[in-house]
Amino acid sequence: MIEAIISTLIGALTAMVPLVLTSVGAVVSERAGVVNIGYEGILLMSAFFGAMFAEVTGSPWIGLLGGAFVGMLLGMLHGVITVYLKGDHVIPGIGVNLLALGIVAFGIPAYWGTAGQHVVPDTFRVSPIIKTPYGSLSPMVLITIIIAILTHWVLFKTPLGLRIRAVGENPEAADALGINVERYRFLATVYGATLAGLGGAFMSVDWLGTVTKQLSAGRGFIALANMVFSGWNPLRALLGGFIFGFFDNLSVWVRTNPEIQKIIPWQFVATLPYLVTLIIVAGIIGKVRPPKADGKPYKRE
Amino acid sequence: MRVDIKEFAKPLIESLIAIVIGIAVGGVILAFSGYSPVDAYVALFDGALGSKYGLAMTLSSATPIILTALTFGIGARTGLFNIGGEGTVYFGAIAAIVLTNLWGNILMGLLGGILAGIVWMAIPALLKVIRGVNEVVSTIMLNWMAYFIALYIVLQKIPNPEDPNKTIAVPVSARFPIIVKGTELSWAFAISVMAALITYYILWHTGLGYELRVSGYNERAARYGGINPKKAVIWSFLLGGIMSGLAGATEVMGRPPSYAISQGMANIYGYGFDGIGVSLVGRNHPLGIIFSGIFFGMLKAGATAMQIEAGVPLEMVRVVQGVIVVAVAIPGLLDLLKRVVRR
Repeated sequence: MIEAIISTLIGALTAMVPLVLTSVGAVVSERAGVVNIGYEGILLMSAFFGAMFAEVTGSPWIGLLGGAFVGMLLGMLHGVITVYLKGDHVIPGIGVNLLALGIVAFGIPAYWGTAGQHVVPDTFRVSPIIKTPYGSLSPMVLITIIIAILTHWVLFKTPLGLRIRAVGENPEAADALGINVERYRFLATVYGATLAGLGGAFMSVDWLGTVTKQLSAGRGFIALANMVFSGWNPLRALLGGFIFGFFDNLSVWVRTNPEIQKIIPWQFVATLPYLVTLIIVAGIIGKVRPPKADGKPYKRE
Repeated sequence: MRVDIKEFAKPLIESLIAIVIGIAVGGVILAFSGYSPVDAYVALFDGALGSKYGLAMTLSSATPIILTALTFGIGARTGLFNIGGEGTVYFGAIAAIVLTNLWGNILMGLLGGILAGIVWMAIPALLKVIRGVNEVVSTIMLNWMAYFIALYIVLQKIPNPEDPNKTIAVPVSARFPIIVKGTELSWAFAISVMAALITYYILWHTGLGYELRVSGYNERAARYGGINPKKAVIWSFLLGGIMSGLAGATEVMGRPPSYAISQGMANIYGYGFDGIGVSLVGRNHPLGIIFSGIFFGMLKAGATAMQIEAGVPLEMVRVVQGVIVVAVAIPGLLDLLKRVVRR
């Protein structure tokens, strides 16, 4: 019983990492007024390149940073299109998601010579901070919690956070006060994508230890749902991420557990994270309010 | 008149620029990965256009993605980002297989695809209308649920007892006749072109289509004009569902040799995502979608030749597609390019 609780807890905390990092990043981006639905693609691409960086340099930490770097580049692309060129906020995200499907599906056989899946050797994976017989805890879990708390503090307790929220709520007023709306929006977008990149690399070089063309498996969108669930609040995104992480971990666990598969087909359990996401989003929408200028390009009069 | 031509020419040129950017960036990635971009593209275009067989394969590959593109395109015209085509295709294919095995004719198969599409797309439609659930999140979640549910049905409910690699097949009496012998091109292609033409007629020549487009253009104006945006949302999803349901049905009824769903749903996977790109390049216009569908079909058909002759993984074309869509998202691509050139 205790073992089951510990292993479930560790599993949920681990599965939480990419969701929370992406959600917290999305909160900052949308607080500044930029919608990005390309996180799914960012997670996938940074998982791919993160594993590549880790194996080339021999360091999982460089893999993680490399993933964050790839996220940063994709965030800059999104920022240039939406903030500086005043483009639609949704279409470039769709584009990045499709591009990621292509890059990773092409990259796995082209780079590793294997079809469909590449397993990252254990030597290139992050070593855990806590090891128990029922599972081990990655330092990334701690780092994720710290990032969520720090981001919350910056967003709500510092002048920087006030400015970020101002350009997302009322860009005209922020502009009148001399705040550079475009710069803050751009940097907030890049921050969001960088965190997602870190989360993506975590999946390949730490948690799942593999690269597949379906590795992100909708987590970018679950993270967006979690952002809505949180009411654009990083601390609540941490809590929501833990709940989603629980179901995510549960479905991964069931798929590899033959005992449970005898009772219920694994495919049904695999739908759980998505079903829970839908139910939670359907249940709470209407009670939350996105930032006023969210998703609206700002053009100076 | 001059203004009208300009209005059509600009998006066309911008789509063409996006395609050129996609092919160019794809070439750079090929070179980086140690392949010869020239050899790869020559093999691709020769494979897709260089023979009667290639052309037939191009058109047969275009069939499902024109239909899934219509799903996204109808949504976009109504102001919705309906990304649920992918999951709908699976159920369209399953329904067509089940119904044609009960009644062996083409009409029952098409009806199955249509009904499956309507039922599955009703879920995000109702979630949107009743609970205000953002369709981007709901349709993606439904795609994943569809994937696992369909996988269960394929593996457990309709497996082929003689061949574990696929499901039971569509009976011969319900298969679309082949147009070019020895190829995969069947009259299913005509269904997709007809669907695009009908969509064009509905959107631009009926009252319902007017309401759909006005709600997409400006929801507040639509409400002011006495149009119910909720009705538009529901119709947009249902019409979209029909298109992707048909994509799944025509795929199993009109694409030799298997006339079934193959292992891991490989032969019906990915069309929903391809359709998004096709629609965006076709500027979400049914007539544009026919042409961009054929272009994307050409990439797909040529990919196999590229893999065999140049040794390049056929997934390469997905990279090109992805870059094209990102390029399409850049607003005023033409003006931007002019500015750069002038400098």
